[in-house]
Amino acid sequence: MTGVRLYFRYLGVSFRSQLQYPASFIMMTVGHLVVTAIEFFGLWALFDRFGSLGDWALAEVALFYGMVHVAFAIAEAAARGFDVLHRHVRTGDFDRILLRPRSTVLQVMGLEFQLMRIGRFTQGFVVLIWGISKVGIVWTLPKYLLMALSILGGCFLFVGLFVLQAVLSFWSVDSLEVVNLTTYGGVETAKVPIAIYKGWFRRFFTWIIPLATINYFPLMAVLDHQDPLNTPLWLSWLSPFFGIAFFTMSLQVWKMGLKYYHSTGS
Amino acid sequence: MAQIVVRDLTKVFKVAHRKAGVWQAIKGLVKREYNPVRALDGVSFEVGRGELVGYLGPNGAGKSTTVKILSGILVPDSGLCKIINRIPWQERAAHVQDIGVVFGQRSQLWWDLPVMDSFELLRDIYRLGPVDFNDTLEELVETLNLSAFLGVPVRQLSLGQRMRCELTASLLHRPKLLFLDEPTIGLDAVSKLVVRDFIKRLNKEHGTTILLTTHDMDDVEALCHRVMIIGRGQILMEGKLKDIRQRFARERRFIVELGNRYVEEEVKGRISKAELIYLEGNQAHFNFDPTIVTPAELLHELSAEFEVRDVLIENPPIDEVIARLYEELAI
Repeated sequence: MTGVRLYFRYLGVSFRSQLQYPASFIMMTVGHLVVTAIEFFGLWALFDRFGSLGDWALAEVALFYGMVHVAFAIAEAAARGFDVLHRHVRTGDFDRILLRPRSTVLQVMGLEFQLMRIGRFTQGFVVLIWGISKVGIVWTLPKYLLMALSILGGCFLFVGLFVLQAVLSFWSVDSLEVVNLTTYGGVETAKVPIAIYKGWFRRFFTWIIPLATINYFPLMAVLDHQDPLNTPLWLSWLSPFFGIAFFTMSLQVWKMGLKYYHSTGS
Repeated sequence: MAQIVVRDLTKVFKVAHRKAGVWQAIKGLVKREYNPVRALDGVSFEVGRGELVGYLGPNGAGKSTTVKILSGILVPDSGLCKIINRIPWQERAAHVQDIGVVFGQRSQLWWDLPVMDSFELLRDIYRLGPVDFNDTLEELVETLNLSAFLGVPVRQLSLGQRMRCELTASLLHRPKLLFLDEPTIGLDAVSKLVVRDFIKRLNKEHGTTILLTTHDMDDVEALCHRVMIIGRGQILMEGKLKDIRQRFARERRFIVELGNRYVEEEVKGRISKAELIYLEGNQAHFNFDPTIVTPAELLHELSAEFEVRDVLIENPPIDEVIARLYEELAI
């Protein structure tokens, strides 16, 4: 059985486990939907009061917001196993993964699939569609394509962050909150155009963690927006690959982490 | 031909230590102090194909560390470890296809799902063909009597039922070697017998090589051809259980029922060839060394002094032997 098929088997198993507790599943999903929806209403209320955010109209910001949430929801659902790895390392269950003749990355991803993230996904997707219909530009196929690819790149970027977070748990179980700054904090940061932030903060989320490539650069091209940072247009089209590159890099770090685990255990 | 070859394995862990208190905890975030703990200090042994070997030692002696190295989870600091001519941690995927591991304290089954779902997922993980899988499963279900609860979620199984499923899960891919880490811990008497019986059969009928770590001396006595005893990170003794018993507990227990009740001083003063270790009512327990005094001589001496109603001679319980051995080896 190929890795991909095995991954879907893991998803099926995880899915059935969650449906063992249907009431809990429904409440978690609805709760997740409500929480993220309230967040967008907060943003909307802000615009209702002040009209715009710098040069940006609400419909435009909705695109930023929708893209990052959709990407994060998919990443969170698919790679949640990395997010909870520290628990498995502490209890020693990670050993079991090393005892099975399959890729460790695949098995960790299969540890847990969070279907309730469909709440965040739905909400982000609705906002995205609303933004597309209200933003008042001419939509072409390449624009849709660029957005789709960027969301994909965004998934990879967030999965890469989850992997890095998981690697940290081989060294210490205490320092994980730091990484949440880049995952959950990253979502908070990227739900509005990154150009509104201070220089050092913007540069951190462009060059260290290429969060700006998820939505900021692509949307510059899509919206034909004058970029206050004067980013060249080709960067917009390259941006989906930054996420993939980041993910590839994180896998190398994962290998180093595994090596460390092999020499220390826990 | 040895299936497991281990030479001079060493492993030192750095264990972070910090003093109690909030300030110390904060300091620990920045700078940690480590104490080296020598878990393995030159361990060597061999296990041949089809052997069933007991691996004994008190808690913290290095048993788990050895098992982790043998299964490829942990890399030793130095030394050689070859299993079926492979170095476990260098060819992880190929190696784990040949071994099964059961940790008595941990589960490898999917907690919320019916047992059968776990087995099917393992089939896919190990890439087992449907025919092989069905044959193996059928055999295991039959010998371990699992059919009644294949559809029950793991969390609802009793410990004994779960352990039988754990054994099945680790054998679905027909490993050549099986590492059992306290497989009977916490089980009731009946389940213990079932598990023990199964292990014995597996070894006999399939020739599976088994390394058994346990604190249950009845397991060892019932199953193991040979035992290795580890302490302070070294193999301190190895051989047949019978030989170890002879070396460390040559003494036999001589239990007599006397015609009258006595106090300790009365009995002690009159018997010179054996040591009185226990006296209650009219029952007296002596330890004697059969190389110094024969039971007949002892009985003769006893009946000269007392009225003897009944006699029983037995081996000291194996737990006692091991406890004494740990004591003498100072581990």
